[in-house]
Amino acid sequence: MLEQQLVNALSLGCVYALFALGFTLVFGVLGVINLSHGAIFMLGAYAALEVVTRLALPLWIGLIVALLVAGTVGLLIDVLVLRPLRARNAPHLIPMIATIGIGIFFNSAVQGIFGAENLRFPSEAMPDAQLHFGGVQVSVLELVIIVLSFALMGTLMLVMKKTQLGRALRAIAESPKAAALLGINVEGLFFLTSFTAAALGGISGVLIALYSNAVFPLMGQPILHKGIAVIILGGMGDIRGALVGGLFLGFAEVLAVAYIGSTMRDAIAFGLLFLVLLVRPQGIFGKLLERKA
Amino acid sequence: MEWFDNFWAVYSNLVLTIGINALLALSIWLTLSCGLLAMANAAFMGIGAYTASLLTMNAGASFPVALLGGIAAPVAAALIIGAPTLRLSGVYLAMATLGFGEVVRVMILNADTWTGGALGLNGIPQLTQWWHVVAALVLVLLLLWRLRRSRIGRAFEAIKEDQIAASLMGIGVMAHKMLAFALGAGIAGLAGALNAHLTFFIGPSEFGFDRGVDILTMAILGGTGGLSGPVLGAAIITLLPELLRSFKDFRLMLNGAILVLIVLFLPKGIWDPMRLRQWFGRAGVR
Repeated sequence: MLEQQLVNALSLGCVYALFALGFTLVFGVLGVINLSHGAIFMLGAYAALEVVTRLALPLWIGLIVALLVAGTVGLLIDVLVLRPLRARNAPHLIPMIATIGIGIFFNSAVQGIFGAENLRFPSEAMPDAQLHFGGVQVSVLELVIIVLSFALMGTLMLVMKKTQLGRALRAIAESPKAAALLGINVEGLFFLTSFTAAALGGISGVLIALYSNAVFPLMGQPILHKGIAVIILGGMGDIRGALVGGLFLGFAEVLAVAYIGSTMRDAIAFGLLFLVLLVRPQGIFGKLLERKA
Repeated sequence: MEWFDNFWAVYSNLVLTIGINALLALSIWLTLSCGLLAMANAAFMGIGAYTASLLTMNAGASFPVALLGGIAAPVAAALIIGAPTLRLSGVYLAMATLGFGEVVRVMILNADTWTGGALGLNGIPQLTQWWHVVAALVLVLLLLWRLRRSRIGRAFEAIKEDQIAASLMGIGVMAHKMLAFALGAGIAGLAGALNAHLTFFIGPSEFGFDRGVDILTMAILGGTGGLSGPVLGAAIITLLPELLRSFKDFRLMLNGAILVLIVLFLPKGIWDPMRLRQWFGRAGVR
């Protein structure tokens, strides 16, 4: 029984980690708490749903479309809203408030267009095969979630650690001004980061929509709150932190539901968060220093 | 005065909500004026609302006692969580305090023998009169106005501008931050207590993340340069959804768009005396 729970926890944790990864990437590189990330997540799920139901295309195309739609929206947000704010050197609170407005905008636009009700993926589009490893049952869906998440996270970490691009991004995270002086195309990389982060958000939106089989306009809000918890747990702006924090939250939630009771699910997650805040407010991998903007 | 009676019968709740939101916006203005980006005010409001409601409903306390309880409880909570979290600065503090807000919401949700859990507390006696809200707002405005011009207010400003320089000049940085944080919590608690006894229902979801973000938005949109900004911001954020009512399903969409536009085009908030002078005093000044 325990092994079964661990598999569930791993797939849920992977989705949280994937969501938190985009969130933390924007924070680390752009220095913005992007509170529209939940809405982007939701847009990804709707994009995939439209592709699968209306165009009757297979799910993997839906996933790619979700990636592109979410990424484009993220890029547009950066070009239209965040860049002008950067140009006038607004204190970091201001972009955060702008992203709140963007989040409200998308949530309510989708609600106006598709209605508030809960939509589902058609059952024939869902991968429903079950695999057996020893005594543990793993659905293909869970396997896809786990493999896809680890592949994406691994690629991202490799890029950040080993490539010239990653070095440039880390330089920007340290100081955008110094990076620009060294000849790094800071604005270009900001666009790239916004696109990548939003695309990750969109993919995780599709994955959670499949996992819980529910698509609704406000589906991004609870995960946004959890994303905040995850990146506090892991340390803000830290990619390893998002991974560890996401998996940790997934395990904490699933085990809490299994052994304590479903009402304690959020209590456990946020209780742990509170403890971390009291003991180590900077998170597991975080530094106590403020990034000087 | 008949038109006023009619107006009041329809809109009294809205007007009083503006007053309560103004209190909340001022509570976050106070911490912002000390350079603290603390976003726990929704949680403090919730703690105040629940404490006061439980006092009047279960303990049979009188309204003034309940209000005092509604102020004292969040102040106590602020003093406890202030010690570890106020070490953080900037957005890190914002995230940590948002996290605390979620913790409070979940705690309220799970302590259902007292708080009614997800169903909330129903049938809170409607004790808040219109003049209570007005008096609270005036008192808080006076207090903050006086505070700004005092030694403490100047210390807040010094800390906001440069924490290290302030501490070198002999200002107790941590103590002042704590004071701003606790005082802000008290004001938010007062607003929560008044609101609970106005709407006679409270539930945990009212004091979550969205409310916290709302409060901050009111203060920033209005402008944090002075005391008028938060009050104006509260009025606008409260009225905007009402004014956009005719757009039905797309009402909130416009609301969000307006928020983004204000942030983009009015950098210092709506109440920005410099810009107002530029706009309206053009003929006289130039």
